[in-house]
Amino acid sequence: MMEWANRYGADLIQAIITHLYYVLIPVALGFVIAVILGVLLSRVPKISGYILPVLSVFQTIPGIVFVGILFLYVGMVPATVLIALTIYAVFPILKNTYVGLLNVDEKVKEAARGCGMSPLQILIKIELPLAMPNIFVGLRLSTIYTVSWAVLAAMIGLGGLGDFIYRGVGTNNNMLILTGAIPAAILALSLGALVDWIQKRLTPRGLGGKRG
Amino acid sequence: MSINVIVDHLSVVVAAICLTLVFGLPCGILAYFNKTFKVVIFKITDVLQTIPSLALLGIIMIFLGGNKLTVVVGLFLYSLLPVVRNTYTGLSGIDPAVKEAAKGMGMGKLYQLIHVELPIAFPVIFTGIRIAVINQISAAVFGTFVGGGGLGTVIYRGMANMNMKLILFGTVSLMIMAVFFDTLMGFIEKRLYARTR
Amino acid sequence: MIEIKNIVKQYNGVPVINNLNLTVNDGEFVVLIGPSGCGKTTTLKMINRLIEADSGDILINGKSIHELNGEKLRRNIGYVIQQIGLFPNMTVEENICVVPKLLKWSKEEMSQRTHELLELVHMPYEENAKKYPNELSGGQQQRIGVLRALAAKPPVILMDEPFGALDPITRDTLQDEVKALQKSLGITIIFVTHDMDEAIKMGDRIIFMDKGVIQQDAAPEEMLRHPANEIVRNFMGKHSAAYRSQGEDMTCESLMKKRVYTTTENRKTLECIEMMSHREVDSLVITDESHHFKGVVTIDMLKSEGVAGESVGKVMRTDYPTVHLQDEAHKAFDWLTKTNLPYVLVVDNENVVKGIITKTSMSKALASVVWGDQG
Repeated sequence: MMEWANRYGADLIQAIITHLYYVLIPVALGFVIAVILGVLLSRVPKISGYILPVLSVFQTIPGIVFVGILFLYVGMVPATVLIALTIYAVFPILKNTYVGLLNVDEKVKEAARGCGMSPLQILIKIELPLAMPNIFVGLRLSTIYTVSWAVLAAMIGLGGLGDFIYRGVGTNNNMLILTGAIPAAILALSLGALVDWIQKRLTPRGLGGKRG
Repeated sequence: MSINVIVDHLSVVVAAICLTLVFGLPCGILAYFNKTFKVVIFKITDVLQTIPSLALLGIIMIFLGGNKLTVVVGLFLYSLLPVVRNTYTGLSGIDPAVKEAAKGMGMGKLYQLIHVELPIAFPVIFTGIRIAVINQISAAVFGTFVGGGGLGTVIYRGMANMNMKLILFGTVSLMIMAVFFDTLMGFIEKRLYARTR
Repeated sequence: MIEIKNIVKQYNGVPVINNLNLTVNDGEFVVLIGPSGCGKTTTLKMINRLIEADSGDILINGKSIHELNGEKLRRNIGYVIQQIGLFPNMTVEENICVVPKLLKWSKEEMSQRTHELLELVHMPYEENAKKYPNELSGGQQQRIGVLRALAAKPPVILMDEPFGALDPITRDTLQDEVKALQKSLGITIIFVTHDMDEAIKMGDRIIFMDKGVIQQDAAPEEMLRHPANEIVRNFMGKHSAAYRSQGEDMTCESLMKKRVYTTTENRKTLECIEMMSHREVDSLVITDESHHFKGVVTIDMLKSEGVAGESVGKVMRTDYPTVHLQDEAHKAFDWLTKTNLPYVLVVDNENVVKGIITKTSMSKALASVVWGDQG
């Protein structure tokens, strides 16, 4: 154990930090982009009826392809990974934001209009809070996917926890594989739990979530 | 080569989905009958799906070695959740009146499950299978890193050689495959739902 | 005062409102009724501009609703919808205060108003203000829906089938509450429904619409008694038929029971009690020897006021309602429903007792009318 810590300890911490950096930035950027796009799309449901299936198809493109293609054009820099993962993080949140907004009960929106709220007020006070549970489902998916796809950064030599896994697989070194895989698994689980926790804190009691 | 690699990819998915069904359906049914089991299996499958695919494959590889079996097992574990969850949801969503009627007619538990509950829950279960299939088609690209072959290998080789054609071939075949199965199964799903209404 | 002037509305070239004119006075409870697709909801929603008319204008207190923007307008008009539409992410108090908040009331004002309003519907503030809509029953939710509309003290409230989704008992209670609130607060309510019972119960005035045109604009009784045309009559079905038959076709004579247990006023109380128990009735009609009506005595009256050996003439009730043979049947029905007496007496010109009309005869008469109309 001590030997392992001495051998990989410093590298591991560095790798976790890099990995986090590959997760948090794309998810944060993706979140902002996705919510904005989701709101815009929900204003034009007729057009969105065509856009969303196309987006779903794009979502089936594995992250590896984004990383790969961007690598060819942008080169071996962290920006490649960040851009690819941001694009990838957008899909689940966008889709869920859109669905959440669309599912807001028409009667509630009518009541809000009847109360004299402006479209912006309805969006901020009614629609977004009501779509929150959906948005969080998307955020959780994006976060977990991004942890997973960020492993690929190592594929183009940009570090992160994938580094250990690649090297381990390449050299048949089980210890090395586990050194990457276990922290990656823990990272995904804890970030997922973190999102759940935030959601619980933010969901009003009226939406069926439990608080306090 | 091109057809071979697609067949290769699909064969892994088919094997994995069979495994998923063999384990997932009974787990979902057990979850329906036993609350403790439900909590445990939901937690486990949720964790399995959360773990990064590549990490999961790496860990399995330690036990099973770098081959197709590792990929099959990895995909199976990775997509257990939708099948288990939908089996459970489908069964517990059945109108209690229907169950009561079945019971009232003197059906045994097992008979009722096979002849009444599972058929009614089937559309929901099928949705779970569809999600699992699509997930697996996409996740199977990781197979290449643990010696599993498939379209991942093509894409990866394309990248290594900076060959855009190869990358595109791999990606586009993958997308077509995903869309094809999604549409086909979506169509079947709609028919199934229509029948039960 | 609300004046709807020459309103026209079309959807895809199909007219839904055809040159509609309507004036609603302050403090009036006006019910818009008609079959689905008649344009009643469209009319309602044009008043707060949730739907814009193609042409024509609507004036509130002489000012066109287009002088304000739609949002400002709606903040001054209460609005209640069938599906309630409480905001599930807000507490009861937050829901009630939505409009006051938009109007930038102070915190104290809003809190005071919430207390006041919850008081009105007997939902104590402490127990209810912090609850979320999903923690309330359907009836309570719609009470809050109504309070939300009342919150900013709008002079006018629009209600779109507000009680349609409630069970009959809750609906009945809420109808009473809203009617009472409307009277005590002196507000104007425009109320859409497709339920004639509700319209009759709630409305000071009923506007019957069909195909985007007002077919009849009348007080409830007037509409029941004299439906303007076949459309109105058909829609009202049993209501109008029963009322019409009561009013014009049916006399008291035609549906009275002729068998009446009578006795004379010099009978002794104990004799009367014995007669009642023998005949299994709990009241007797008292007449003189030539059957002229004198009064009615019931078993309860004898028990509480009767003195043994006294004649029943001293105990009997002489102001008992009577109707004439040729009176319209509804006169008897009105007595029965108003007084809760078991029957009314039917007499002829000389005040000779000819029969009685009981609640049973009333329902039989109604039934024959309803079945008769259908058959």
